[in-house]
Amino acid sequence: MRVEKCFFCSSPMYPGHGIHFVRNDSKIFRFCRSKCHKAFQKKRNPRKARWTKAFRKAAGKELTVDASLEFEKRRNEPVKYNKELWQNTLKAMKRIEEIKARRQSHFIANRLKKGKELRKEADRKEVEKNIHLIKSPAAGLKQKKQMVEIVTERDVEEMESN
Amino acid sequence: MAHVVKHITVVPSYKARTISDFVDIVLSRTQRKTPTVIHKHYKISRIRDFYMRKVKYTQQTFHDKLTLIISEFPIISNLHPFYATLMNVLYNTDHYKLALGGINKARQLIDDCAKDHVKLLKYGDSLYRCKCLKRAALGRMVTILKGQAKNLLYLEEIRQHINRLPTIDPNTRTLLITGFPNVGKSSFINKISRADVEVQPYAFTTKSLYVGHTDYKYLRWQVIDTPGILDHPIEERNSIEMQAVAALIHIRAVVLHIVDISEQCGHTLEEQLALYRNIKPSFSNRPIIIVINKIDVIKPEELPEEKKKVIAEFQAEGEPVLEMSTLTEEGVMAVKIEACERLLTFRVEQKMKTNKVANVANRLHVAVPKKRDDKERPPVVIKKKQAMVIDGESRKLERDIEQEMGDDYILDLRKTWMLQNEDEKYDVIPEIWHGKNVADYIDPGIMESLKALEEEEEARDNAHYYSMDESEEDEETREMRKVARKIREKRTILTIESGEKRRVEKSRMPRPVKRSRSVAQLEKDLDEMGVEIPKNADSHYVRAKSRSSSRPKSRSSSRPPLKRARDQSEGAVTRSKSRPPRDRSGLRDNAMIRKVKKMAKKAQKPRNHQAKKGEGDRVILNMKPKHLFSGKRKAGKTDRR
Repeated sequence: MRVEKCFFCSSPMYPGHGIHFVRNDSKIFRFCRSKCHKAFQKKRNPRKARWTKAFRKAAGKELTVDASLEFEKRRNEPVKYNKELWQNTLKAMKRIEEIKARRQSHFIANRLKKGKELRKEADRKEVEKNIHLIKSPAAGLKQKKQMVEIVTERDVEEMESN
Repeated sequence: MAHVVKHITVVPSYKARTISDFVDIVLSRTQRKTPTVIHKHYKISRIRDFYMRKVKYTQQTFHDKLTLIISEFPIISNLHPFYATLMNVLYNTDHYKLALGGINKARQLIDDCAKDHVKLLKYGDSLYRCKCLKRAALGRMVTILKGQAKNLLYLEEIRQHINRLPTIDPNTRTLLITGFPNVGKSSFINKISRADVEVQPYAFTTKSLYVGHTDYKYLRWQVIDTPGILDHPIEERNSIEMQAVAALIHIRAVVLHIVDISEQCGHTLEEQLALYRNIKPSFSNRPIIIVINKIDVIKPEELPEEKKKVIAEFQAEGEPVLEMSTLTEEGVMAVKIEACERLLTFRVEQKMKTNKVANVANRLHVAVPKKRDDKERPPVVIKKKQAMVIDGESRKLERDIEQEMGDDYILDLRKTWMLQNEDEKYDVIPEIWHGKNVADYIDPGIMESLKALEEEEEARDNAHYYSMDESEEDEETREMRKVARKIREKRTILTIESGEKRRVEKSRMPRPVKRSRSVAQLEKDLDEMGVEIPKNADSHYVRAKSRSSSRPKSRSSSRPPLKRARDQSEGAVTRSKSRPPRDRSGLRDNAMIRKVKKMAKKAQKPRNHQAKKGEGDRVILNMKPKHLFSGKRKAGKTDRR
């Protein structure tokens, strides 16, 4: 029993799901759902469909080169069952998953940093250019004038008292 | 004979009853292929040419036809002696030669005749004369041919006969069978001939000839049985049969003389010996084999003494004596092989005597390599491995266990697993964890690589690799961003409002009607923008409003009217102000009005159902609705598909 990977979108395929297509050169193509199967029949390139894992990897959206990704792979060497090894493996898998998740999220956060900067810059420019939409340049003019008058009166009084 | 002589075309006879008679063919051909219209007032040279052409053309046709006959019939001296003798026996060579000679002579005469008459035609001085000369020329040619009528008939007969002659190749390997009738010649030929080729009788002189074919050493062999010719003593034959034997002598064959040991054929052994002796001289220089047949009836050892003597005499003849039984097929193949081998060696010997062999032999060299050493190098044949032999008691098979346990049996494949720890055999092995295949992670060195990964992770933590420099935005920036958001919101609202204003829903009104600005709105907007408006009555925008409102209601009082008012005296008023609206005209009172309205509404109802405005609305919105005019029609109505 294996969890296979969809040929098109690379999503996991649990037993009993999806479709297998065996080409006449005996290569097996697995599709998780009809969407992927149809895309394959239309000769779509998974690297060019934005919703596939292949696109995300190829376009640099996701972590691709990392030591934590090296653990999961098909090793074509038969290993005899050994309880200790299996238990160790399970423990290791948990830990590897943690590290992997951390690194992937870090990668994405790092990637998104640039956008944040840009947005901040755009905000700054917006405020600089379009503040008149919410605040009239004439706002507070009268108050200022009154303030100036009061201040001058007070000055005069002080001067007089002195 | 077909392979020796090419196909001979039909020889047309002179004036037979058939359509294809010679003269008719030639003359009608002349008629068809030469011009036919001539008049006496034509120029004389043209008339002469016309008739000369006729004569020449006829002569040429006769010439061609006769040449064809002469060239197609075989020339006897060029044939194989077997066929030459056969032709002599069948058709009498002298007669044949005379016939062909006669044809040749006729051809020559016709040529001469034509030549003479063409010469005479040159001096013809009228159409009539020329015509007479032509007639005379053609008549003479036909008369010459008439003399050959018998020859033509004879040649046609020969042609038909030649085409039917059997296909005997005199040069190939042949088995010739002799002996009295009923000694088993035919059954022998049937036994050794190939199944797919029937043994067929061919017309051969006055008797038939049976030819079969057989294979030996991948070569083709003819088997000839001559029931009428070689099965009785020479004294009893007539001259034609004698000649037939002479023809057979030209075939390089092995002669199988078959003897019936049981004497069931009606001839005693002595008679058969006499026949053999009679025939033998004809086939000197040929391998001969004496075959004793029907040994299934009586064995040579069981014969009486005097008969044994005859057999001994056969053996004393100096030729090999073989025994066989065509009934039980005992010895048949041996006879065939012996005969074929003898003939082959005989033919090779004969070839060796000729000069050609020396030429070839000089060029031949057979290389025999010298032995390298005395070591034996036998062919190596790899022996098959013997099936695995299990020592001692045989293993207890799963099948045995199943039979012992009966219904309680459960197939257990795990018990034979060879693991490091025996007690782990029946563990539940995890295969999938969180959508991952455990098998993909299995690696004896996984803990080491995990350790390395964790160390790397620790190093990163120590280097504050993961701590994003989330430089907390200061108060000022946050405020700025808030303001920016507000600006955007405001702009969105403005955009929407502007769009609303500009949307075209009804006809554009002139500006004064459309005016939707109000003082209150202005005051509100400005207040939002932070501008304080002094709310006293002498502001400029307030004054504009007040002026418009303070405008006097009646124009006449302030200004003189632009147009002169109509006087009563000027004529009838076009429209009375008191005239009732159209929907009420002619109606007595309110009750009646209500009733009429109700009726109108009711009348409109069915039209409303059809989405019509009124009775004048005859619009058909969709003249050709797609669903009624596309697609296949199946069983059903034509208005709904």
